[in-house]
Amino acid sequence: MGKIKGIELLKNGKRLDGRMPLEMREIEMKVGVIPNANGSAMVRFGKTIAVAAVYGPRLLLPKHLQENDRAVVQCRYNMAPFSTDERVKPGPTRREIEISKVIRQAVEPVLFLENYPKTTIDIFIEILQADGSTRVTSINATSLALADAGVPMKDLVVALSGGKINGTLILDLNGLEDNNSEADMPVAFTANKKEITLLQMDGELTKEEIKKLLKEIFTAGEKIYQMQIKALKDRYSE
Amino acid sequence: MLRADYILKLLEKNERIDGRKLDEFRKIEIERNIIEKAEGSARVRIGKTDVIAGIKMEIETPFPDTPNEGVLKTHAEFAPIAHPDFLPGPPSEDATELARVVDRGIRESNSIELEKLCILEGQKVWGVFIDIHIINHDGNLIDASSLAALLALMNTKIPKYENDKIVRGEYVAKLPISHYPINVTVSKIMNKYLVDLNREEEDVVDAWLSIAVREDNYLCSMQKGGKGLNIKDVDEMIDLAIKKSKELRKLL
Repeated sequence: MGKIKGIELLKNGKRLDGRMPLEMREIEMKVGVIPNANGSAMVRFGKTIAVAAVYGPRLLLPKHLQENDRAVVQCRYNMAPFSTDERVKPGPTRREIEISKVIRQAVEPVLFLENYPKTTIDIFIEILQADGSTRVTSINATSLALADAGVPMKDLVVALSGGKINGTLILDLNGLEDNNSEADMPVAFTANKKEITLLQMDGELTKEEIKKLLKEIFTAGEKIYQMQIKALKDRYSE
Repeated sequence: MLRADYILKLLEKNERIDGRKLDEFRKIEIERNIIEKAEGSARVRIGKTDVIAGIKMEIETPFPDTPNEGVLKTHAEFAPIAHPDFLPGPPSEDATELARVVDRGIRESNSIELEKLCILEGQKVWGVFIDIHIINHDGNLIDASSLAALLALMNTKIPKYENDKIVRGEYVAKLPISHYPINVTVSKIMNKYLVDLNREEEDVVDAWLSIAVREDNYLCSMQKGGKGLNIKDVDEMIDLAIKKSKELRKLL
């Protein structure tokens, strides 16, 4: 909440964790981490760890929630109580409710929902450790979990955050940067068609800065896409 | 369903069911200071959409990382009086999103000078509570609510605080406001960009982008809903939002 004023986040052109402005943190992806789920994945961006599980398509109950011509996607983004400096009280916060909604909308466009009437595709996301950019980390994990579940997809969904610190545009904000940035802008897009499926922004950016940042996110996103493909191949070539 | 087809058919000819142009808002009516008990208030009607924002000032403990700043909290309620689909109960996903989008526009533009709301560092600060009450829902709740919230903040007065008590009805100052974010939601239907969708048009929307534009044309918050957008969409939607924000700002 609120911003610590006057924090120097950029020294001699480098960020406090030593990264260059457009450099991402170390990224790790692993598919098939929850045996009970139809599909699952863990994605780590630096210290931020998200685990996503997909159950379904399965019959949606109670019945009145069913749609006769398509599947419903239900998504729950949840932070583990121990995932942050101060304990997160269990139970959905307003922030988590909103993030669940935007994550759902970030992946829905790649699914063939019309093929599975009356069912639900349930996406459950647990943030095990939070150090900024948790929603985009979650979306990468969800993209992998959906593919792992064998749910037909038009494309993989790639997600990355951008922002601005000390007047400089950056990628992949960590927690400290997230809390003290001049702006942060999480983005998700379909890897091949480059359709933006999540776009949020907080802070102060000009239109030109938004365009520049989107371009950098698309470029860096290609690396994330290649990592997703590798993680999926690794899972099934064991 | 028939109605949806009709809306889309008209749109092919760049027409809307209520005769408006694609980039035209409905008639906007504004009332200020309508709730005497509230420290600030405003009512905004956009067409048949009717929203009241009320501001209450309370004494709060500051957040640990901002010990000398007031706190801002925004809540939205889809009261069941406003639409047959609104049911009693805890705030829905959409109501939660609405509150958070309104909050972010105000917060991220640094609209309220929160550092002037400290009473006792680390212990007591003023809390500014924005409560959005939807009275009738005929679409575009985000723009209507954001406008109502800003107008209400602009006429908010800080109550007298004496002997550890708020003296209601007596005021010492106006709430310090330094920026004026205007939220414009641009919607995409059939590759056309529209503003101010009514309830029926919202049923056929492909995607929308809600953008808070400050008086210096800085963009202070964005929220996308619905399906995907390409980069050209985002570009054009931002342009349209900036253009319409100038029009709406004249109402302040």
